[in-house]
Amino acid sequence: METGTSRVKRGMAEMQKGGVIMDVMNAEQAKIAEAAGATAVMALERVPSDIRAAGGVARMADPTIVEEVMKVVSIPVMAKSRIGHFVEAKVLESLGVDYLDESEVLTPADEVFHIDKWDFTVPFVCGAKDLGEALRRIGEGASMIRTKGEPGTGNIVEAVRHMRHINGQIRKVQNMSKDELYAEAKNLGVAHDLLLEVQKLGKLPVVNFAAGGVATPADAALMMHLGADGVFVGSGIFKSEYPEKFARAIVEATTHFRDYKLIAEVSKNLGAPMKGIEISSLKPSERMQDRGW
Amino acid sequence: MKVGVLALQGAVTEHIRSIELAGVEAVAVKKIEELADVQGLIIPGGESTTIGKLMHKYGFIEAIREFSQAGKPIFGTCAGLIVLAKKIEGQDEAHLALMDITVARNAFGRQRESFETDLNIKGIDEPVRAVFIRAPLITSVGNQVEVLSTYQDEIVTARQGHLLVSSYHPELTDDYRLHQYFADMVRAYQGSIS
Repeated sequence: METGTSRVKRGMAEMQKGGVIMDVMNAEQAKIAEAAGATAVMALERVPSDIRAAGGVARMADPTIVEEVMKVVSIPVMAKSRIGHFVEAKVLESLGVDYLDESEVLTPADEVFHIDKWDFTVPFVCGAKDLGEALRRIGEGASMIRTKGEPGTGNIVEAVRHMRHINGQIRKVQNMSKDELYAEAKNLGVAHDLLLEVQKLGKLPVVNFAAGGVATPADAALMMHLGADGVFVGSGIFKSEYPEKFARAIVEATTHFRDYKLIAEVSKNLGAPMKGIEISSLKPSERMQDRGW
Repeated sequence: MKVGVLALQGAVTEHIRSIELAGVEAVAVKKIEELADVQGLIIPGGESTTIGKLMHKYGFIEAIREFSQAGKPIFGTCAGLIVLAKKIEGQDEAHLALMDITVARNAFGRQRESFETDLNIKGIDEPVRAVFIRAPLITSVGNQVEVLSTYQDEIVTARQGHLLVSSYHPELTDDYRLHQYFADMVRAYQGSIS
């Protein structure tokens, strides 16, 4: 009997496919998310849009919140640690969290080193803007990738950019000759064997979700069309007027992303979505996607 | 002959790959109408609460019960096992309630307790590598149910006529022998009606 193997960790992410992972800040929201059909919840002290508004240093959530959420739902519970902050990650693992997110939404604790994720029994998800970043995180032990997008903006454009970019790069790699692949591994700054695996599979060797800006059911469906295995919805749900209805709508649009009539139906009377931020109005220091490498 | 994989949420492509390795054509099933084209159905692993809710929402409960009534084989893995069970511990309502078993969800604990191990299965010669992820357990079975394997004395694979369940994920390895076993059940059904 072996725990924490790659198969067990990556397999856990496979079970999330076609699903929606929702940010929640307390037990009540967690129950709403579960009832709406979320495949997992991300327990947070503040959602990304509030983190933006509050400013200052954003850290791991208070363990009380994480425990409270774990107590009330039977679906998996995820939690975020700062980039490079392996002690926060170990603390969350000790609480029994099912999945860790080494996240650019929080203020990085280390500008050079990401967490050695092989050192954990619990699997990690990490953000990526391009193939190089995705494979570096997988090389460090990540069992799941998500686009970085631009969290807390309610603007899908960055998640679209990242998903299209990663998939375009994979297609390019698929057509490379053996010698070109060695050079590409150097260009991307990734291990050659991982790139070889991508070439063979025609996709990342782990599940790839969309995150960072999903604000409507149509946004979720768009990301599924672009090849996402599922979606994370952060600020979108509990910043909307009717969170319960909104959460259900996102779940259905993700399952039936090709059924436009159904998406039209579930999109009716959802009330005001989160206001959203135009990306060009962000100062460089406010761009969360530029955190990490 | 075609096998459908219920594609509301979960590890759909892995099951399609495994059943195709066993020599059977496979197709993802998202709408109840699509059940008419398949002679066997796999309900994959995923989150049972999500899959259960979407099944209720889109009429799959009645449709799959009819599918089962016709004797067409169904294979449920992990979440698929939970939705097939007559009784789910700690919950008042079951989903499909087709198989005479009681299940306990997340019976081994949280993700950190998830594991893989070698498992002997009745009807399959060599042990199978079984991946248990936040897995359920079968805590009791009716007299029509045959137990095919146990792990530490707990029931993890079972069969009741045309229904097959495993609490682990045979679709996460390259070993497709349990899918082969299910393919044989579908072939037997096909033979019985022609």
